[in-house]
Amino acid sequence: MTVSNDSLMIANVSRRRFLGGMAGASALVLAARWDMALASDEEKQYGAAGMPGGWVDDPNVFIQIDPDGSVTIINHRSEMGQGIRTSLVMVAADELGADWDRVAVQQARADQDRYGNQNTDGSRSMRHWYDPMRRAAASARMMLEQAAANEWGVPASECEAGVHEVAHKASGRTLGFGELAEAARELAVPERSAIELKPIEAHRYIGQEADPVRQRGSGNIERPMAIDGEEIVEGSATFGADIQFDDMVHAVIARPPVLGAKVASVDDSEALKVTGVEKVVTLDTNSEPAGFKPMGGVAVIASNTWSAMQGRDALKIEWDMEAAGDNARYNTDDYRQALEKAAQSPGKVIRSSGDIQKTLDGADQTIEATYYMPHMAQAPMEPPVAVVRLRDGKAQAWAPIQNPRAGREGLAGVLGLDKEDVTLNVTLLGGGFGRKSKPDYVLEAGLLAKETGGRPVKVQWSREDDVHHAYFHALSVDRLEGALDADGKAKGWRHRTLSPTITSLFQEDPEHKGGFELGMGFNTMPFDVPAIQLENPEAESHARIGWFRSVYNLPHAFAIQSFAAEMAEAAGKDHRDYLLELLGPARRIDPRDFGDSWNYGEDPSVYVIDTGRMRNVIETVTAKADWGRDMPKGRGLGLAFHHSFQSYTAIVIDAEVGDDGSVTIHNADIAFDCGFQVNPERIRSQLEGACVMGIGIALHSEITFREGRVQENNFHQYNVPRMEHAPKQVRTHLVNNDPELPMGGVGEPGLPPVAPAVCNAIYAATGKRIRQLPVNDQLAV
Amino acid sequence: MTTLTINGTTHELDVPDDMPLLWAIRDIVQLTGTKFGCGMALCGACTVHLDGEPIRSCTTTVGNAAGGKITTIEAMKEDPVGQQVQNAWLDLGVAQCGYCQAGQIMSATALLKQNATPSDAEIEDAMTGNICRCGTYNRIRHAIHYAADAMQEDS
Repeated sequence: MTVSNDSLMIANVSRRRFLGGMAGASALVLAARWDMALASDEEKQYGAAGMPGGWVDDPNVFIQIDPDGSVTIINHRSEMGQGIRTSLVMVAADELGADWDRVAVQQARADQDRYGNQNTDGSRSMRHWYDPMRRAAASARMMLEQAAANEWGVPASECEAGVHEVAHKASGRTLGFGELAEAARELAVPERSAIELKPIEAHRYIGQEADPVRQRGSGNIERPMAIDGEEIVEGSATFGADIQFDDMVHAVIARPPVLGAKVASVDDSEALKVTGVEKVVTLDTNSEPAGFKPMGGVAVIASNTWSAMQGRDALKIEWDMEAAGDNARYNTDDYRQALEKAAQSPGKVIRSSGDIQKTLDGADQTIEATYYMPHMAQAPMEPPVAVVRLRDGKAQAWAPIQNPRAGREGLAGVLGLDKEDVTLNVTLLGGGFGRKSKPDYVLEAGLLAKETGGRPVKVQWSREDDVHHAYFHALSVDRLEGALDADGKAKGWRHRTLSPTITSLFQEDPEHKGGFELGMGFNTMPFDVPAIQLENPEAESHARIGWFRSVYNLPHAFAIQSFAAEMAEAAGKDHRDYLLELLGPARRIDPRDFGDSWNYGEDPSVYVIDTGRMRNVIETVTAKADWGRDMPKGRGLGLAFHHSFQSYTAIVIDAEVGDDGSVTIHNADIAFDCGFQVNPERIRSQLEGACVMGIGIALHSEITFREGRVQENNFHQYNVPRMEHAPKQVRTHLVNNDPELPMGGVGEPGLPPVAPAVCNAIYAATGKRIRQLPVNDQLAV
Repeated sequence: MTTLTINGTTHELDVPDDMPLLWAIRDIVQLTGTKFGCGMALCGACTVHLDGEPIRSCTTTVGNAAGGKITTIEAMKEDPVGQQVQNAWLDLGVAQCGYCQAGQIMSATALLKQNATPSDAEIEDAMTGNICRCGTYNRIRHAIHYAADAMQEDS
């Protein structure tokens, strides 16, 4: 796509469906603006209301109807493969009564004041936006009905919106949405208390999974096709990397090899001789904490990406490693050993019940295990990339970004502009997984835009840049001790968890995990054991630590679900039966009773820890997988479950270990309970993808540091799953699709139980217990 | 000047012979369907066809591609096999983020042109060089069979 128009705003409009321009003169533009119904300051806010920017349900913000009947839904959440551009539009279209074929989606710019919270992480988009989007669309529908009533001189109660039209049953008259748009715009927005939502059963798109295959040529769509689907398969979808301008320049940056190192000197004479290289710019290294700030380094600006890369290779840079302090001595082998040593000693007590030491001392049997999960890089297939143009004191930016507000306000900061003078257009994201929650790459483009005389500049990260300078998943050591009585029943459980914390991005030397990290399956551990002690010894941070899909749920689930299997083995009991015994009877636990005041930001009186739902996914998945059946030699079934992002997942993995130690995953059965389901098809694909990523975490993916430098460079060293690593079959079993249940997350909760299920299957197949990830060649004999 | 023939159109480019074809396609010709993922022929996001063979454009130089027929994802909707693959991708909802899918479709199309009824093992063999971080592999495998079936029905 080539664009050189000053007024260009990337729309990401699905071209197939888009029929009209935004905010046309006669479009439905509603004047009224609602303020959020905020409770008193003293009262804690939960869910969307507790997020920066809160929620907005003003139809004027999200819905436009043109006189030709085309409906445009504004989507303000970032699309990175989770399907929110499709799923939220399904919600709006259903509640409005719009015909899917006449609905287009337009991506919102970064503007949290206008749209409410846009930070697309934490598996929150649907659980926070289902209700506001329904209200916005229902309001618009009621205004269309009122407009029709006025036209016909009948009571609005006699007018009902059907599919893309309003009908007056008594007279048989109908008016299309487009014909009503102009009149409807003059009407007042209904009071929130007067909004009438459709009954769930009246929805045509929500929950639709009738047939996963498009009926070619029939004109019937059994379920909505994914927005952007055609553009993706035709190569015309616009990701961040695809923004082009005729006068654009391209930049790559040689970043400090160690976090905090500074440029001591640079010789750019050879770089400037490379054809196409225009300019070399040294960027300041920011002081720690790293935050979302650019890392500094030396940028090469050129007429094309290749020239910029060639120029970077020709730079001669001396780095001041002293500036990096201890980071320059960061060695993950040593660090792991230090954490394993620290795990032998007591740490900060996070939760305690009963007398754990006495229970361990008096137990008939005790077992102990230490688990390790390495650093990992998110490595989205689209490496970080951003375009910024600075002209006449205003900045225009285009970026694939999960956190648009952080990008916009960060740009305003580095450019010294008011945020009103910064426009950030959100493109499609070629994967996110948490990496694109941090806008450092966008801010780099902002800094370089000051150097290009008003021309747009694209900062392109190479894969090596991405692997070296991720915001890494935290390395972790988890040590568990279990006490069993003579019957094998669990009497004591001690868990010490050690990891650098993401808080280290924002403050100097935090030593403990934050509440939002402990709340990811650690202090919320649900087992019904008399003596429990959960501790968090100290751990320093020497690299940028950041969110990686599912975050600290990964090590917590790996350790807890592996150890539960080890306890079952010690007790001589079936793993599933033992898990259910550990869970005890179905209980609804207030997370605050476990010391978790975070609860993913949700109301703990609504979103409880429900061991009944845990039992249900375990029982479902083991039944579907025919748990307990005889397996061929070298092949075994492994089970794990986890509760995260307010959803419940249980997995059975059927794995075979070859004589050479290679692992083949034959089947994966996944039972999933996220409460009410809007787009079951996309829920299934998220679970399938999480399963594959989890297999990679179990078997292959690891980032190591030596002397503060990442040792892996590209996909030949940082291994991620390929087709042969995927299960030969994945079966997803969605349960509890109940509108009365509070909605849980989807994008992340499928991931945490995968790695322990794989390792439990390896144990069943071989008798070899994996406590250190990734498996790599541990099974080779 | 180097002459590249891309999707049947001839382009005269003033670029060095050692420039990877990928960057000539993306930055100079400005066809952006072909993606950058690794720069080392490790991920397949940049897959295009050169004289019908799937190649990694990130490690194929402009000099080596000159004189050949280069085909990119943008031409697949005109290609009978490419169309079947695209339809299969849509019918089965393969794509998640979609960034790697142009490369996946180019590899799958090349496979089906050489082998109209590939087995699972043959699919894995042909597709192992294409990474999808979203993990859509099961649907890709399914979609290749599905496209193969559709080709059989049409023939």
